[in-house]
Amino acid sequence: MKDKSKGSSAATLKRILKYASPYKGRIVLALLFAFLYVVLNLTAPVLVGYAIDNAVGTGQVNYGMILELLLLTGTVVVMSSVFQWLMNLCTNYVAYFTVRDLRRDICRKFNTVPLKYIDGHPHGDLLSRMINDTDSIGDGLLQGITQLFSGIVMILCTLGFMIFLNIYIALVVVIITPLSMFVAAFITRLSQRMFREQSAAQGELSSYIEEYVGGQKIVKAFGYEQRSQESFEQINSRLQQCGQKSQFYSSLANPSTRFVNGLVTAAVCITGSLSAIQGTLSVGQIAAFITYANQYTKPFNEVTGVIPQLQSALAGADRVFAMLDEADQTPEPENVQELSSCSGSLDIKNVDFSYVPDRPLITDFSLRVKPGQRIAIVGPTGCGKTTFINLLMRFYDIDEGAIMLDGKNIYELTRSSLRRSYGMVLQESWLYNATIRENIAYGRPDATMDEIRAAAKKAYIDRFIERLPEKYETMITEEGGNLSQGQRQLMCIARVMLCQPPMLILDEATSSIDTRTEIRIQRAFAEMMKGRTSFIVAHRLSTIKEADIILVMKDGNIIEQGSHDELMQRKGFYCNLYNSQFSS
Amino acid sequence: MFRLRRFLKGYIFQLTVGPLCKLIEAVFELMIPMITADIIDTGVKNNDAGYVLSRGGLMVLMGALGLCFALVCQKSASIASQGFGTKLRNAMFRHINTLSYEEIDRIGTPSLITRMTNDINQLQLAVAMLIRLVIRAPFLVIGAMIMAFMIDVRMALIFVVAAPLIALVLYIVMTRSVPYFKAMQKKLDRVSLISRENLSGNRVIRAFDKQDYEQQRFDSANSELASTAVRVGRISALLNPITYTIAQAAIIAIVWMGSCYVDSGSLQTGQIIALVNYMTQILLAMIVVSNLVVIFTKAAASASRVNEVFDMQPSVTEKTHKDISPDENAPAVVFDNVCFAYGSGGYALKNISFSVKRGMTVGIIGGTGSGKSTLVNLIPRFYDVSEGSVSVYGNDVREYSFEQLRSVMGIVPQKAALFSGTIEDNLRWAKKDASDEEINKALRISQSYEFVEKMPEKTKKTVTAGGKNLSGGQRQRLTIARALVGSPEILILDDSASALDFATDAALRKALRDETKGMTVFMVSQRVGTVRYADKILVIDNGELAGQGTHNELVKSCPVYREICLSQLRAEEVEN
Repeated sequence: MKDKSKGSSAATLKRILKYASPYKGRIVLALLFAFLYVVLNLTAPVLVGYAIDNAVGTGQVNYGMILELLLLTGTVVVMSSVFQWLMNLCTNYVAYFTVRDLRRDICRKFNTVPLKYIDGHPHGDLLSRMINDTDSIGDGLLQGITQLFSGIVMILCTLGFMIFLNIYIALVVVIITPLSMFVAAFITRLSQRMFREQSAAQGELSSYIEEYVGGQKIVKAFGYEQRSQESFEQINSRLQQCGQKSQFYSSLANPSTRFVNGLVTAAVCITGSLSAIQGTLSVGQIAAFITYANQYTKPFNEVTGVIPQLQSALAGADRVFAMLDEADQTPEPENVQELSSCSGSLDIKNVDFSYVPDRPLITDFSLRVKPGQRIAIVGPTGCGKTTFINLLMRFYDIDEGAIMLDGKNIYELTRSSLRRSYGMVLQESWLYNATIRENIAYGRPDATMDEIRAAAKKAYIDRFIERLPEKYETMITEEGGNLSQGQRQLMCIARVMLCQPPMLILDEATSSIDTRTEIRIQRAFAEMMKGRTSFIVAHRLSTIKEADIILVMKDGNIIEQGSHDELMQRKGFYCNLYNSQFSS
Repeated sequence: MFRLRRFLKGYIFQLTVGPLCKLIEAVFELMIPMITADIIDTGVKNNDAGYVLSRGGLMVLMGALGLCFALVCQKSASIASQGFGTKLRNAMFRHINTLSYEEIDRIGTPSLITRMTNDINQLQLAVAMLIRLVIRAPFLVIGAMIMAFMIDVRMALIFVVAAPLIALVLYIVMTRSVPYFKAMQKKLDRVSLISRENLSGNRVIRAFDKQDYEQQRFDSANSELASTAVRVGRISALLNPITYTIAQAAIIAIVWMGSCYVDSGSLQTGQIIALVNYMTQILLAMIVVSNLVVIFTKAAASASRVNEVFDMQPSVTEKTHKDISPDENAPAVVFDNVCFAYGSGGYALKNISFSVKRGMTVGIIGGTGSGKSTLVNLIPRFYDVSEGSVSVYGNDVREYSFEQLRSVMGIVPQKAALFSGTIEDNLRWAKKDASDEEINKALRISQSYEFVEKMPEKTKKTVTAGGKNLSGGQRQRLTIARALVGSPEILILDDSASALDFATDAALRKALRDETKGMTVFMVSQRVGTVRYADKILVIDNGELAGQGTHNELVKSCPVYREICLSQLRAEEVEN
């Protein structure tokens, strides 16, 4: 979708570095340590070589010199190790803390973008930006840059040392080594194509397994086992073919590099020894050369290995920044008011709304609600009942018209005070990973234990909680997994009960709640609604009939409104719906 | 792990030739430092350029030969390991197909999927490494030691000290960092849990105005993760510097002691260089060995997870593959004092007895977890009863072959799942060669005809995995259609109308009644409206049959049924 030119990756890189800027000091240190580590690391073989030169043959050993050189080597080695360790510490620190900062900002973004963004993006995708993409930025870019830097320094320094020792042999090494890069690049290209094919086949196989093992009960019910086995083996043998190729190609890299290394070593041995015969090189220098020749291909491979890592990091960074660049919800105006108390009278005037421009959903909708009235929202599944809730609580902004709460335009109130005036119990009852007490006190963390218990009692969940071994201190596992759906909903009711908001938005459960819990929920709802303006997404006929106003929704739009009797007389959609439910 | 070696059968050739070739390459590699020493100690010392060139040529030749051998090995490894993985996957899929509901429920689908993908991939990698490195790396370590002994026994002592020391450091650093890695994974899980909660609960968080609180909660988990990660880094960052230092210390010792022996004439300079090179080889090989240990530890864990699946025996097995003759006059389904328990748990169903005549419509109602679904799952023998018996057409279900028993039934499971493919592919599950007419009829009865016709591709529309590109209601109606193709004699609807609105639900029931004369229908539901006009209603409460009869009978006689009715309907609606 975006043209990823060099300019834009440079911009992305710059932006990541800006994120890392609080850790500037450590970045500079990391580069400095990297430099020192590489230079010292390369000095050691030269020193060892000189030491060997002081032991030419019987009776020709200069012990003093050797001792001095070896002590020096020891110091250099220890220092090089220390610097390498320090370098690792610095890059780790920068990488992990920059990732932390990125994640912090992503989380903040989750709660400041318009809800439309959260609703419109698969949560798995947003989550993978939060976890995986930031990880690849940490690994690829921050650690990668240090690797790249030390790799390049290593190449340059080795080259420098070799030229210093003997320019001709250095030239031989320089000419042969790029061979390994060509070989490596060739192998990478080959295996990358195979890898793509392999991961496509692997993906296909995984989704096949997911579907057919997940749907095993249906497979059994229809006696489909043999047919599914055949298709499975087909995909599997395709995976075998490309998997075998990709594994073979990628496993070529090691032996090929070893071969090139061997070539370099042989070349150094031959030219080095010939030079030594001519007297232009010492034996110790040959030894140093061999060590270098062995090491010289390593940084090349490292540098080429870092490139794809960098690319995937940049791609990840693009996705992360795209999310962070998402516009926040409209800021509150300057003269914004805090809603201190509220009677619950609502006046909706000529509201227009659409999720997608050009596809109007709600047009010219008006509704007047007196304090304490009950409004039932009915309609077939998927008719967009949540749209209405979205507008009332300003999760989405209306396009035209006005919504007045106690005579005040809700767009002139702070979002937080508006939302606090509603108590909301949705069907997908959200609880978080904390104790039951903390969950009930979510809206009022300062509530006393007595208040919490009273709220739980009113929601008919107190007795259940008391039966748990740790009572109110019981941890709720991920998304309330250790509670039944009905219990979760009762917990959410208690949470709202504790806040005593002037208005309510409730969602009746459709199914999967056992009868007794359902009765409790209904009683709790009734308790809560006393004297409060309530909007109920209704499924139960009794709720609908007792409502002051019924809003009938279809395909996202409000098509009828009125009391039960009025709507029955109109003989419209509602009348049909009602009749279909209870005649057969 | 070794039990899985049966899947390596047929790859004996690759398994022998591969490591052998790698061994030859390693031998060549070990010779190189010796040749280097020769070149220096003979060639350079005697100023013999010819010797230098011939030995140099030998080095190149050995390198080239080594490459060839290595390629043969890599090829063998890729063939054997991928073949092994493929066979293993096929066998596992086949085995899973034979398992009954009970076993699949016990392991769980997500776990089966990871076992078939990640775990098998891990084992595949282990097989490849077995061929490529398991012989080579230790051989290089030992070989380099032997070469050192061959050069000079006294010098070899340095190797005897240094090599185990490197191994020890590798061991300590690795075992020390493993618990930290686990801790880090936990912290990361927490960060992703809070992120998930912030996404799924976004509305609630905003409704309670708790954005700041959530941010704090996230920040603390997030910072903890970062500091744990830095702590882990501190330990694992030690690995390279320490091993490097030990190897270098050994090299310094080699040069120092070597110089003394050179002085006394018992060692030559080139041999010092060779020893230095062997030390470097040992260091590199050791690091490979430590990686191998990690790979094989993981593989062993994967192997035990894979074997767990193979060890699982289906609890429901066929007595016969032959068809037996059903009794024409017997009732369609009879439950005789049936008890059922999942695994070793308490009874999920207790003392259930009822009889269903052919052509009857039976409604089954009760709360969540009351045992409704369990009850209907016993009819196609997805589970076996613990006590009592279930009979279909006069024979115990255990007497039939799976194929005969299940071919007379159309089953609509609770979870409305379709499979990727076209709508038509999905509808042809029960009957591969169903005519268009049959398909259209099934679509009409299930109230799907209209919406399918509205789609531009009609029945050729592609369905994505699970049917995610259709609405819940559409999916549910198509699963009903799928069961109807092939005109089953017994239709089981397991709460299959929950996603339908009342109007569609009613139309569906009407069509089922009118169009499927003679079909015995079981209808599980939580809604009174769905079951109230059934010929017989079974009320299940807590695994027991609380009552059976028609709506009017039960309203009077069964308190549980009355309670359910009152929770859903108003009093006057219950009565009429």
